[in-house]
Amino acid sequence: MADTPLLSARNVHKRFGAVEVLNGIDLDITRGQVVALIGASGSGKTTFLRCVNMLEEYHDGEIVLDGERIGYTTTPAGRRRLPERAIVAQRGRIGIVFQGYNLFPHLTAEQNVTLGLVKVQGKSKAEARDIAARWLERVGLADRRGHYPYQLSGGQQQRVAIARAVAAEPKLMLFDEVTSALDPELVSEVLDVMRSLAESGMTMLVVSHEMLFVNAVATHVVFMEQGRIAEQGTPDALFRNPESERLRNFLGRFHQVFR
Amino acid sequence: MDISAIMHEIYTARWTLWGGLLTTLEISAIAISAGTLAGVMIGIGLAYGPLVLRVLLRGYVDLVRGIPSLVLIFFCFYGTALLGLNLSAFAAGVFALGLFCAAHIGELTRGAVQSIPQAQTDAAKSIGLGFWRRLVYAILPQALRRVLPGWVNIAAEIVKGSTLLSLIGVVELLLATQQAIARTFLILEFYLALIVVFFIINFAISRAGALPERRMAYVRF
Amino acid sequence: MHYNFNWPVVWRNFDRLWDGLLLGLAIAVVALAIGCLIGILLAMCRESRLRVLRIPATIFVEVMRNTPLLLLVFFFYFGLPELGFTAFNNVETFAATLALYAGAYLTEIFRGGLAAIPVAYVEAGKAIGLTAPQRLRYVILPVLFRIVLPSLSSALISLFKDTALAAAIGVQELTFGARWVNLNTYQILETWTVTAAMYLVASYIIAFGLRQVERRYAMVR
Repeated sequence: MADTPLLSARNVHKRFGAVEVLNGIDLDITRGQVVALIGASGSGKTTFLRCVNMLEEYHDGEIVLDGERIGYTTTPAGRRRLPERAIVAQRGRIGIVFQGYNLFPHLTAEQNVTLGLVKVQGKSKAEARDIAARWLERVGLADRRGHYPYQLSGGQQQRVAIARAVAAEPKLMLFDEVTSALDPELVSEVLDVMRSLAESGMTMLVVSHEMLFVNAVATHVVFMEQGRIAEQGTPDALFRNPESERLRNFLGRFHQVFR
Repeated sequence: MDISAIMHEIYTARWTLWGGLLTTLEISAIAISAGTLAGVMIGIGLAYGPLVLRVLLRGYVDLVRGIPSLVLIFFCFYGTALLGLNLSAFAAGVFALGLFCAAHIGELTRGAVQSIPQAQTDAAKSIGLGFWRRLVYAILPQALRRVLPGWVNIAAEIVKGSTLLSLIGVVELLLATQQAIARTFLILEFYLALIVVFFIINFAISRAGALPERRMAYVRF
Repeated sequence: MHYNFNWPVVWRNFDRLWDGLLLGLAIAVVALAIGCLIGILLAMCRESRLRVLRIPATIFVEVMRNTPLLLLVFFFYFGLPELGFTAFNNVETFAATLALYAGAYLTEIFRGGLAAIPVAYVEAGKAIGLTAPQRLRYVILPVLFRIVLPSLSSALISLFKDTALAAAIGVQELTFGARWVNLNTYQILETWTVTAAMYLVASYIIAFGLRQVERRYAMVR
């Protein structure tokens, strides 16, 4: 049971019109792993991430989370999209943090976190506030829980976004280039939170450009190119001894990181 | 213009005028509230509905917005007799104004809802909210704040439009005043007074609409 | 419900509707033209540093915008003769009233347009030595018109719909004709359907035509 992967993707395909954006992705993520998706823009890494929680549709293949097939089911008539209610329930078990934080501007930090807890998980307001307080404390923003997003810096907003996603105790956390929109001096506070999450055993799928972070925190690195997985392995293996030419070229752009 | 004569005549006619004012306010209140409720639903339908619904709603909105409100009022007034409904002029007029309000608010709401970034819908989806919950807790709170300035304009238009009901015999403030004029011949005086009254009413509406805006202005949407 | 559809009877009276449509269009165009003149002047007054210009202009605009058009129409139609102006017939009075109303409405549009003129153009005008009146004529006004053109288009359509109110003082435009046909033929549905269609088609043609003009002249900032 401990050996079966938490997330399993088999032969996932997606196209935008005539363009194949995902060209057969096969990936396994076991519990507690921190998997990093790296690659150039347009390689499909964000698209794949968004397919996992059905923010994007995918046309072929399957994605299975803890034994449950995400988004689609096979009937005698063929492949069918699950009813919206089922997909909504599946999304509740996955947490995602976006590049643009996407906090609700009309709610305070605390309310942003409690909304899902109360409306989706059915917790009482008091319980939800406790959970929110715990998580906001955990990301270092206990004193800001009554603040609105416009009163918070980018890094603080992103940390609230992380608290919002994690408070629901999802089975899997997705991170979509969460530091790319931040000013450089705010990046480390967010990465620290992510590192602490990883250390506490959360299973994470991270799309990122922060190679130092990936090198330090990820347990497994997947290099994507043109909708396919070109190379994967431990950070050590990929960064010290890149096998493919493309990966070497890609890493070459981060020359100040890897001397 | 003899001020004391005017004041005396206004005083004499006070009950008719007061009744007219109440009728005007009644017409406006019913048309605006019913129209706003219907309009928000229409806006949601236009933004998210299936194709057939969108086409029907679009036809309705474009039709009502493309004809003069007076034509709409006449059509409702003369037309409801056809359906065998014994609607009073008041009911027909309020119904027409309600249709008018709903169409405009529908268009306004549609625009506001569609102006909320997709990212907000993504975030709401991601915490597991279904369609109606997303609308109620994430999208509408933001969209309705954007609708507010336009809503104030439309509300003022409805109040001004209530005067058109005088042409189908509803004794609202304009017609009541004209009845007073018919008795006293103080044409300019009464009409001027009316202009002041309507100015006050509409001014009050725009001030009322500006209040929440000032409170919300610092929370940038 | 028993209703006899009788389209031919409406077509027989079509000339009333058609002539009314043309009259309405004519009034709308005249009101827009005069309204533009008033609007530009008042917009400049409102932006002026001289309070003696700014305050009366602001008062005029605010009063006109908050007063129901029907009330204004009655005020001028019945009130002007009181002051001794008896020379105007109902069409002229209505057109003048609508022009004033349009002027107030357009003032805000022109104010926005003036504010939207890139400072760079005015500075360039100063730099090549144009005097203030020359800058007004060769730089500001041409640019202003290109900026406000889309708004003028919707203003014209809006004014055209407002001409329906002229029916209240007996001007024989489209709505007046429709009411006549309605009351004299009892063919309610046909009459108002045709009337609504005429308003819609006319508005669409105006919008289409002005879009072509826009394509040639409008400036998208």
